[in-house]
Formats: sequence, structure tokens, C-alpha cells
Amino acid sequence: MSHPNKKRLRRSMMFLNCQKPGLIKDPYIYRPDSIMLDLEDAVAENQKDAARYSLFHALREIDYRGVERVVRINGLDTAHWKEDIRVCVAGGADTIRIAKTESARDVHTVEEHVLAAEREFGRPEGSTLLMAALESCRGVLHALEVCESSERLIGIALSGGDYTKDLQTVITGTGVELQGARQQMIIAARAAGVQCWDTVFTNLDAMDVFEEEVRMIKMMGFDGKSLVNPRQIDVVHKVFTPSQKEIIFAEKVVREIDEKKAMGIGVFTVDGKMIDIAFYDGAKRTIDLAKASGVYEGDL
Amino acid sequence: MEIKKAAMAGTLESSDAQVTVEPGENGIQLSIESSVIHQFGRQIKATVEETLERLEVTNAKVTVVDKGALDCTLKARVECAVYRSNGIAENIPWGGAVR
Repeated sequence: MSHPNKKRLRRSMMFLNCQKPGLIKDPYIYRPDSIMLDLEDAVAENQKDAARYSLFHALREIDYRGVERVVRINGLDTAHWKEDIRVCVAGGADTIRIAKTESARDVHTVEEHVLAAEREFGRPEGSTLLMAALESCRGVLHALEVCESSERLIGIALSGGDYTKDLQTVITGTGVELQGARQQMIIAARAAGVQCWDTVFTNLDAMDVFEEEVRMIKMMGFDGKSLVNPRQIDVVHKVFTPSQKEIIFAEKVVREIDEKKAMGIGVFTVDGKMIDIAFYDGAKRTIDLAKASGVYEGDL
Repeated sequence: MEIKKAAMAGTLESSDAQVTVEPGENGIQLSIESSVIHQFGRQIKATVEETLERLEVTNAKVTVVDKGALDCTLKARVECAVYRSNGIAENIPWGGAVR
């Protein structure tokens, strides 16, 4: 049976440096959907051990009030990832974000160690979820096999900095360099029935550009975005939460399709727009998203 | 655990604590410096002592410079310093002596 949290709402996934106690003690006040406690790039090489003790006690002792606790572990090409997995599982992390994922095999390797840790620390087998960050051209090209690699896998996230380095370009601010990866990843994720998140946006002085990017990735089909600052959370939630107008229209579509189907009518108009059965799932999704975002007051 | 060599963990940033452990011979000699020593001195001392006891550290000189760290941070810094003094960074007993 699938894990009950596999498809939970993940619009905003905020990175926090495990090396900094001041950052990890109360991020739930900003109400992100998920926090991503970072053991990887944000933590200096000689502080990897220190970050793990902080992480362990934070996971065990801080009440994050329903915010999902994801931990980003170090890459499989480092000496750190095995101990990272042990501490994540022992602490009871909800999800592990695998850095630099390039293949289904990478996910399987992590999965084996997670299972061993669940047995070692007496946690229910299968309780730790996984997500994969794609950070290279090879990883992006293997998106579908990564998405289909494990029952534990909730989805894939683009890591734009490393990816553009591999692509031999830079983050331009126009998004042109990320087009291919974004498109490939969202198609793969949808084909496999998992979630998909966009890369971070690091220029905190350009909130208008950030909002445009969030609108674009929502239109592309993404579930949300990795974030680096609490200021970005409300923008993402605003863009990803259906408006009342969209909710009312979605309700009409669902009701009309149900009604017309019973009458043997396949195509009709709602508010002047041509509607048929192809609109049904999208309308249902809008209502589900409104429910998950806490803004739905209807009875569907 | 024996304190084999001097080791330090943590920083002097707000919400953190810097913990130094050094080899000692006559039990635990604990020195605490904190901006909130009057309100929380006793609690900081208890947390550090309990953590050392769980790690079975019986002889050490321990210095804590507290910058308003939560209990969980204090524990983390003491544990890190003790394991560093033994050169251990893997196969940590999560949920056992470290809890």
C-alpha cells in the first residue's frame, strides 16, 4: 500500500542549514509545506559531523507542527551519506532528499541503506520516503527511470545550479537554460505519477521576477519549488492556491459533467466555455488543491 | 568514554553554544559562561552533566560558552566535542548514548 504522505501538498520546500541552530529551531512559524534540513552543500566539510548531532536532536525534540521534515543528505560520491542516512532514520525524518541523483541505481542504493537503518533503529519498514534531486544532464535524461525507481519515491527536484554547470552555461534569469530540463522532468514525473519541484531562486532583491518564475512553473505543471528564504513562501502559496473564481468554475464543471453525463450529453458550455469530459480531472484537481490549501468551503 | 585530546564543537553565534572538552583527571570540571546564566545556569549545567553521563565521560575539563542555545543544541555540541576528542564520526549510537 502506498505511504499516506506520498502525495501530500508540497508547494513550498524551504532549505535550512543544519549547521546553524538559530535556523533550525523554529522555521515552522513561516508555515512552509516542507522544510529541507541540509547536511549537504550548506554545511562546511569539517562540520558534517556537528550538523548531524544538531539534526538528530532537532528531529527528536522540536515540534515542527505538521511541517514535513525532509533532510538533504550528501551525495553518493562522498564519505558522508551512509552516516547521514543512519541519523535521518534514527531521528525519524519524514523524507530523505538524495543529492546528485543520476539513475534508478542511485535510488536503489539509498533505499537499501534506508531499509537497513529502519531495521537497526526499529522504525517501520517503508516509513522513510525519498525524493531525488537531479543536478546533471545525465540525471535529467534519466528522469523517468528515477521517477519509477521506488515505491518510496515522492518525486524529483531540479537543482539548477549544478545542472547549468554541467550544461556549460549559467543561470541567466531568463529561464531559457532550464527549459529543457523543466519540460523533461515534469513530463517524466507525470508519466510515473510522482511529484516535481522546480529549482531555487536566489536573488532575494528581485521578488517580482521570482513571482513570474513561480507562475510559469505552475503553468508548466510543477507541484512547487525549493526555496532559500522565508520571504518566498507566501508568494508561492499565493500563486499555487486556486482563486475563488477558479474554484467556483471548477465546481460548476464537475457538477455539470456529472449531471450531463447522466442525461447522455457529452459536450456543453459552462460560462461560455466549451466543456467535455477531458476537463473533469483538472477541475477535480483544482478542488483538491483548494481543499489541501485550506481555502475550500464547498461540499464536493 | 575517555577524553583523548582537546576538541571543540559549536560557534559563538546567537542560539548556539561553543563546547570545549579537554582531558582531565579528577572528575568533571565544568565552566559555563552565558548571557542568561542567572535564568538558565542551573539548567545548562544539568543538561551538560546529563549528556556527559550518558556518554560515560567521567574525567574531563569542559568549557561551555552559551549564546542562548536550546537544550537540544547544547546536547548536540557536547556530544560532537566528545566524539571528536575520540576521532569518531561514524557509527554513532543514535538513540542510544546519543539521545
